[in-house]
Amino acid sequence: MTAVVGTRMIRREDPTLLSGEDKFIDDIHAPGELWMVIIRSTMAHATINSIDTAEAESMPGVHAVYTGQQLLDMGVTGGPLPCAWLVTDDTVNPAHLPVAVGEAKYVGDPVCIVLAESRDQGVDAAEHVIVDYEQLPAVASIEAAVEAAVTAHTDLETNKTFHWPLVPDQDALDAAFAAAAHVVKGRFVQQRLIPSPMEPRGCLAVPSPTGGELTLYVSSQIPHFYKFFIAAVVGIPEHKVRVVAPSVGGGFGGKINIDGDAMLSAALAHHLGRPVRWTEERSEAAGSTHHGRGQIQYMEIAADADGKATAVRAHLDADMGAYLTLLAPGVPTLGAWLFTGVYDIPNIGVTIDGYFTNMPPIDAYRGAGRPEASYAIERIMDMLADEVGVSPAEIRKRNYINGGEHYENFESAGSLTFDSGHYNPAHDRAMEMADIDGLRVEQARRRDAGESKQLGIGMCTYMELCGWAPSRVLGALKYAAGGWESATVRMLPTGKVEVVTGTSPHGQGHETAWSMLVADRLGVDVNDVVVLHSDTAIAPLGLDTYGSRSLPVGGEAIVRAADKVIEKARLIAAHQFEAAPEDVEFTAGTFSVSGTPSKSVHIQELGFPAFSAHDLPDGMEPNLAEGFTYDPPNLVYPFGTHVAVVEIDVDTGGIDLIDYIAVDDCGPQVNPLIVEGQIHGGVVQGAAQALWEEASYDDEGTLRNPSFMDYLVPSAAEVPSIRTDNTVTPSTTNSLGVKGAGEAGTIGSAAAVMNAVCDALAPYGVKDMEMPATPKRIWEAINSNGGAA
Amino acid sequence: MDVSMTVNGETRSGAVEPRTLLVHHLRDELGLTGTNIGCDSSSCGACTVHINGESVKSCTMLAVQADGENILTIEGLAATAQADGSATGEQNWHPMQEAFQQCHALQCGYCTPGMVMASISFLNENPNPTETEIREGLEGNLCRCTGYHNIVKAVQSAAGGAS
Repeated sequence: MTAVVGTRMIRREDPTLLSGEDKFIDDIHAPGELWMVIIRSTMAHATINSIDTAEAESMPGVHAVYTGQQLLDMGVTGGPLPCAWLVTDDTVNPAHLPVAVGEAKYVGDPVCIVLAESRDQGVDAAEHVIVDYEQLPAVASIEAAVEAAVTAHTDLETNKTFHWPLVPDQDALDAAFAAAAHVVKGRFVQQRLIPSPMEPRGCLAVPSPTGGELTLYVSSQIPHFYKFFIAAVVGIPEHKVRVVAPSVGGGFGGKINIDGDAMLSAALAHHLGRPVRWTEERSEAAGSTHHGRGQIQYMEIAADADGKATAVRAHLDADMGAYLTLLAPGVPTLGAWLFTGVYDIPNIGVTIDGYFTNMPPIDAYRGAGRPEASYAIERIMDMLADEVGVSPAEIRKRNYINGGEHYENFESAGSLTFDSGHYNPAHDRAMEMADIDGLRVEQARRRDAGESKQLGIGMCTYMELCGWAPSRVLGALKYAAGGWESATVRMLPTGKVEVVTGTSPHGQGHETAWSMLVADRLGVDVNDVVVLHSDTAIAPLGLDTYGSRSLPVGGEAIVRAADKVIEKARLIAAHQFEAAPEDVEFTAGTFSVSGTPSKSVHIQELGFPAFSAHDLPDGMEPNLAEGFTYDPPNLVYPFGTHVAVVEIDVDTGGIDLIDYIAVDDCGPQVNPLIVEGQIHGGVVQGAAQALWEEASYDDEGTLRNPSFMDYLVPSAAEVPSIRTDNTVTPSTTNSLGVKGAGEAGTIGSAAAVMNAVCDALAPYGVKDMEMPATPKRIWEAINSNGGAA
Repeated sequence: MDVSMTVNGETRSGAVEPRTLLVHHLRDELGLTGTNIGCDSSSCGACTVHINGESVKSCTMLAVQADGENILTIEGLAATAQADGSATGEQNWHPMQEAFQQCHALQCGYCTPGMVMASISFLNENPNPTETEIREGLEGNLCRCTGYHNIVKAVQSAAGGAS
């Protein structure tokens, strides 16, 4: 059997997606289902004086209209919703009900629901619910939250929810800054972003009134989490809950929450004995699905006279929105270790204050804490280069861990062990692909000629920490769950193979990639392998898909389960051969005894004897079905160097991203076609933060841009083709040597693009600019400095 | 109101509310759920279908406006290619479907039916486009997964196969 791992195999997921056959959440229905329509607060902060539901209740098709108070009285709230990552013992975590009672905390906060026979009837009735609000002062920015003239929760005296420090040695940190030849400071703003998977969220809860069981179909990255929390919060016994994530139309972190909408659907379906469904509209999603980013970063770097960095100090004011949702406080904190980036910087100090605001909750969004950290260190390295008077490439070369040469198991200033890195080859390859010298010549020519279209060249060498995660590490970080992943590999009687995984893909191609892994391991045709996932009745154990964990954790679990199948099959082969197991070799699917050609059997031929069990070794359990739950000993640390080239019209502020080079290293690749696809999409998502996207709130806490007409998810016309290459530095964490790739593009690209923008504008005295770098901001920056180059 | 239209080669008649959008009629009444809904402002293009051979966002028109029209959705696409002899590949698909798979032009697949339908209509109008023309031609269809890189390659591939 020809090995398939490492080949550009096209995906087995594609045919049903390309024919329209796949079932997304809105394609699944249950007889007798009620549609839930949610009435959401139109005010960022308000007392709910009264809600008049009488007229709505009398409308056609309406089954019921419930206010938050009524749901509370019925004991059917679906809440309080969980936060699983209270990062300190004293983290303030107000009760978060799916439907607000008494006080609305953000525009989009649910205040009332309608259940109707059809969606249209529900929407019509919702129009006739009259909510009497009394507006309260709103906290509509991080700065306002810090200032605390107003509190986001009237019953709290402060907006601060936690203070979290990563300061291993305060004295050494202070000493490094005191002794520094150069200290460079930056204030960087990570604007709020709306995750915007193309499929909005939705769910369908189907009860079994007789037996008390409940099945929740939900467009989610985390069906296993839902099962646990429906049991823990709604109170349905865990063994009677089944959660299915059908085809999921993208996630990007936006579907990694325990959402009130789904929890309430489950609670209502269980209470009413009728299926309840809900699908959000896009304009609803913009202000009710959790947002991402939302930080103000105060970043400082200390360096000696040659630009060798000696210390990094950062303080983050992190916007948590109105409530703490599932992972929220953990998002900025898990980025803290990356403020030293890919550099050998001996001192680190990061402090984080989390704040409540009257805006939607903020939680994980592609990269989750790591793009923010990468942005801060990669922007400030460019500013340090400018201060020292060397190129961005040179300042990085002077600071890379181990001089950019290969290393393994580096102890970082933040007390993590970076598994492996080798930064020079990726750096050099990116410079070569970009033709950095040629670009600088062209840039100089345009500057000298005073042309209106000026070039900007930016680079970024990022590190990510992913493969979440060693359970003990998570425990030490006060995260409530573990970080293992589970797999089962079954050789069926006919020799076909079932792989059950606890990962829960939503576009990443796990069915293809996992079948490739198992095909090579077992020596079977890849088409003889099926991958089963995302249904807790089929894959009962799992911790799902996020944090670029699926291959380094879930993939490792799968190959270890496959190895257990091989070892058991070896015993059966030895029994058939009447040979000692240690004399039985396994090569490309075939067991044999060396020197005895007649004694040979393919592993797929052992499926039936293992099943029939007529002649197994004494005491052996029938069947070839083995499970493995893998708890990784360490995280993994992918890296790469990206180069962005922008063209800025200095007369208008117009900006085009005209070239992008990404040289990434995620260790050995199972399927380069899939890895490249992840990089392409990730790069564009990060570039979108740099240039286009921002959830824009006014002073009263109203979202100004709740649709794709004004929240600028880029189209094909805004972005260039992405030129990619890769280097291969195996991880020391797992046997496959693999690292994650799902978030890498996003972690590198915002900094690379903004470094390019600032590079283009350097002649105009522009040192820094807030994201997104809109034409307006660029024009103002050019002209506020006199407009003279 | 009674409407009758040809959908994927079959006459489909039924009663709709005056306010029913074509996309809801296709999905909810005709069961053609391959056409997806990604927004409520006619921005994303996930619901793109062909009406009389041209791409239309099926959320931008009422079902009653499609009365008497000839509609093609993703479910009927392969059959049209099989009928005109252009079907290709292991799945016997329309060349654009084949190009999307070969070029890995889809990840989650949610925008894909609309993107495929828009790409076909675009190539019908411009059979030999430049990369810039492809990018501008698909401006009305959003994808969050692919960064468009492989979608552009798929359209280039399909165009190359056609010429």
